[in-house]
Amino acid sequence: MSSETGWQARGSYLAGARAALPLALATVALAISFGMLARSLGWGTLAPVVFSIVAFSGSAQFAVAAVLGAGGGATAAIIAAVLLSARFLPMGIAVAPYLKGGPLRRALEGQTVVDASWALASRGGGRFDREYMIGATIPQAVAWIGGTMIGVFMGDVAGGGERLGLDVIFPAFFLALLIDELKNGGKRAALVATLAAILALVSIPFVPPGVPVLLGSCAVLMVVVRKNR
Amino acid sequence: MTELWVTIIAVAIANSILKGAGPALAGDREFSPRMNAAISLLAPALLVALVLTGTFGEDGALVIDERALGLGSAAIALALGVPLLLAVALAAVVTALARLLV
Repeated sequence: MSSETGWQARGSYLAGARAALPLALATVALAISFGMLARSLGWGTLAPVVFSIVAFSGSAQFAVAAVLGAGGGATAAIIAAVLLSARFLPMGIAVAPYLKGGPLRRALEGQTVVDASWALASRGGGRFDREYMIGATIPQAVAWIGGTMIGVFMGDVAGGGERLGLDVIFPAFFLALLIDELKNGGKRAALVATLAAILALVSIPFVPPGVPVLLGSCAVLMVVVRKNR
Repeated sequence: MTELWVTIIAVAIANSILKGAGPALAGDREFSPRMNAAISLLAPALLVALVLTGTFGEDGALVIDERALGLGSAAIALALGVPLLLAVALAAVVTALARLLV
């Protein structure tokens, strides 16, 4: 690598990190609410922080909290989280050609794929800026792990986040991600979302907690199978 | 507590595999278009289900409470182009106020 491209790469890491700073602020707030929520569910202080370090996935962690908190079992929680993280598979495939090194190195670099960084690093036409994506992930990781630490200790002080309305933070966060999905997903995404909404709402009174989310995901099969008939 | 740790470890491993598999294996290999379509549609399906169960679900019952007000406020704010952080904060504030007043 010439020194000139080295400098360009360094600038790109920094530009990505800068672009992600406002998002990191939102991430801190969400991480605090995750920490407080986890604390209110009786997870203690260690488990939520470890979870944020090893999983580093807001949507999956909130889904686990939602399922376990509602009395669902580990299996339902794991399935919900895995289904929710399944989007990282196509996202990873999309960035694969722009990552460096052999399969192991690329798999490690792929761990920096998170929704916001991936979206920020997209250069159109399926092209991605590797350095920008990695740069954008760093402040978000610091914010997520640091915010979780703050949240689990605030949990002691505030005595549960429900009084502060923190239990709606994650439905509201998912709503914001959903709106983005619907903006970019076209008619099929809207159809799937509508079907999933009906399946989830109708099933809530009749099945164990956690299962409505899994039933909602069956809307995908209904639409994909029907379309290909 | 064991249930929690099993979940944490399983989710972390699954997450790493899901994030690493594409970069490690992709190159020449591709999923069928049908499989790709299904994967890309998973996010909206799961997100809508999580929004609704998190807002209207309570111990296996369908309820409408202060959370619906908070989420509704966030929905309006997002529709008006308010940034994510503010919209999410608004949902919490509205829900907290509604609980305080009711």
